[in-house]
Amino acid sequence: MNRYARRLFQSVFTLFVVITITFVLYRMMPNGPIEAMQQQLVSEALAKGENPDMSYINHMVAIRTGIDPNTPMHVAYYEYMRDIILYQDFGQSIAFNAPVFEVLFYAMPWTVLVSVYGILIGFTTNIILGAVMAYYEGSIFDTGSTIVAIVLNSIPYYVGAIVFLAFLAFQWGLFPTGGRMYPDSTAGFNWYYIQGVIHHAALPILSSVLIGFGGTALSMRGNCIRVMGSNYLRVARLRGLSDGRIAVRYVGRNAILPLYTQFMIGLAGIFSGSIIMEQIFTYPGVGWYTYDALVNRDYPLLMGILIFFSVITVVGVLIADLTYGLIDPRANTGEKEGY
Amino acid sequence: MSDGDSSSTDAGAQAFFEQTADGDVPDASWKDRGYRYFDLYLAAPFRVAWSDWRARIGTTIIVFFVLLGTVGVRVVDPPVMNEGELYVPWFQTTEFIFGTERFGQSIGKMLVHSTPAILKMASAGILFAVGLAIAIGVVAGYKGGTVDYLLMTITDIVMIIPGLPLIVVLVAIWQPRDPFIVGAILAIDSWPSLARMLRSQVLTVREENYVEAARAMGVSTRSIVQKDITPQLMPYIMINAANAAKSVIFAAVGLYFLGFLPEAGLNWGVMMNQAYNQGGALANPMSRGHWLFAPMLLLVVFTMGLILFSQGMDRVFNTKIQAKHAKTVEDDDSL
Repeated sequence: MNRYARRLFQSVFTLFVVITITFVLYRMMPNGPIEAMQQQLVSEALAKGENPDMSYINHMVAIRTGIDPNTPMHVAYYEYMRDIILYQDFGQSIAFNAPVFEVLFYAMPWTVLVSVYGILIGFTTNIILGAVMAYYEGSIFDTGSTIVAIVLNSIPYYVGAIVFLAFLAFQWGLFPTGGRMYPDSTAGFNWYYIQGVIHHAALPILSSVLIGFGGTALSMRGNCIRVMGSNYLRVARLRGLSDGRIAVRYVGRNAILPLYTQFMIGLAGIFSGSIIMEQIFTYPGVGWYTYDALVNRDYPLLMGILIFFSVITVVGVLIADLTYGLIDPRANTGEKEGY
Repeated sequence: MSDGDSSSTDAGAQAFFEQTADGDVPDASWKDRGYRYFDLYLAAPFRVAWSDWRARIGTTIIVFFVLLGTVGVRVVDPPVMNEGELYVPWFQTTEFIFGTERFGQSIGKMLVHSTPAILKMASAGILFAVGLAIAIGVVAGYKGGTVDYLLMTITDIVMIIPGLPLIVVLVAIWQPRDPFIVGAILAIDSWPSLARMLRSQVLTVREENYVEAARAMGVSTRSIVQKDITPQLMPYIMINAANAAKSVIFAAVGLYFLGFLPEAGLNWGVMMNQAYNQGGALANPMSRGHWLFAPMLLLVVFTMGLILFSQGMDRVFNTKIQAKHAKTVEDDDSL
């Protein structure tokens, strides 16, 4: 109970820190968005030969950023927090002229679709591959797979994405080059629509699989080999337990445990990676809007995206952490030894 | 044992021990000491790592790229327009092995002149990430208690904050152009895992007899951390320096490629960006793809060098430490 409460508190605190960071970046940074816009407007006014009118400029800044530069900082901070926590109000997107929350909310399911399938498929294949490599340790298959894993691990996911897109989509036309569904399909529960969604998501998911590929398989292989050499496994064999039971309950379970943390960190990485991935695939999820926000200097949207990714990561990590006790009962018993 | 206890040590004994502790370096010149540190911190781990083939290949690749970025830039002329035909494919002529781009500039020369920026970003990233991780991890591990708790809470928070979106926001606000600053910003999420790992290593090392002996002799905390603990951690630090460099280069090339970072000089990401946006390399992979694929190839080779280096180091040094403290290896097998 204590552990859960502390984890929950830590997650909430993390989100609090993230929102505070966005506030600080947004409002208090020297040469931050506000000052940049003020300077721009002043120089524009000077260029036109007018005398810059500060109150008018502040008014313009307030309209375009949703921030009144005259509000004292602590009041502004309180209002910012209150709007986000109580009303889920992240401000108004300048480029899309719509509430940031709405823009992100409609884009979110697509990002989650690609990322979750990416990490699930990637993690499963890696674990199975690692286990098989460990089982045939020292064979040609093992050596070959190790080299392949190292090579794949050195390929950044976006490089994989570019190669897939260039050949599978542009050159051979097997997959669409962008978008997230067939343009002539109607959203709903019909096969044509679902097929389009799968067809469009296939390449982004395949590239996401590459993000963690290789590394996890090698870790899994190492863990399996270590567990297989341990004494309790010899005891299990001597007790005459079946091979299947040993493989799954003894080796598998103990070898996967240390990877659980890696999984949580991979979750964060894969969501973050969608900023680059969705841009390459022109797949309009949350990450895709980042570039637009950047180019248009749409700071409310940019901050909203940062908060969105933080929330989704924190929640993912929290879920993984709270369920860790289910796969490793030792985590629930007592604290780690203090020092 | 806390620092408070050490002050009660007999002053005479303390002076005696301090003298002997420093006694072997009283008249060592600045050069000698420099060499000694170099030998202890850098040369020794390298000598051990050289026994592993992975580390050998990795080191060779890294040295190659360092030479490319320092010597190569002086040997190879900068690319100029209309050196050759437009869009010469790669591996067709001996003059333009990597082909030419849309203005007829040699892609091979562009690749060479792109390397220094990448090296600058990587080294800035290493300095920033590793420096911060050492400071936080070692202090947290050695001090323990509230300091440890606070530092580890900060570390956990930074670990959870998604790095890339934060970097994009920072880059949008600061618009950095200097490769060193870009590298430092991109390393902002590379330090927490190293800090945690160093902390757990410090927790083991500080139990060693000689550290305890040093503490009992009243050697200051700073001196213990610097002279007794940090050298033990050097292999981990080098492994993670390679990993930090890898992630900084990954992120930098990706962000330059998509135009998230303000364009400044030539680097692999900028080349990819030009090939993608101006050359239409993605849609015509057969005729123009080489412009896009050549920097990607260099990126992959360099990354592979860094990964092989860190894996080789890991293989060599972890076994040693595994043998010494078999019960603490639980979370040391990350790559």
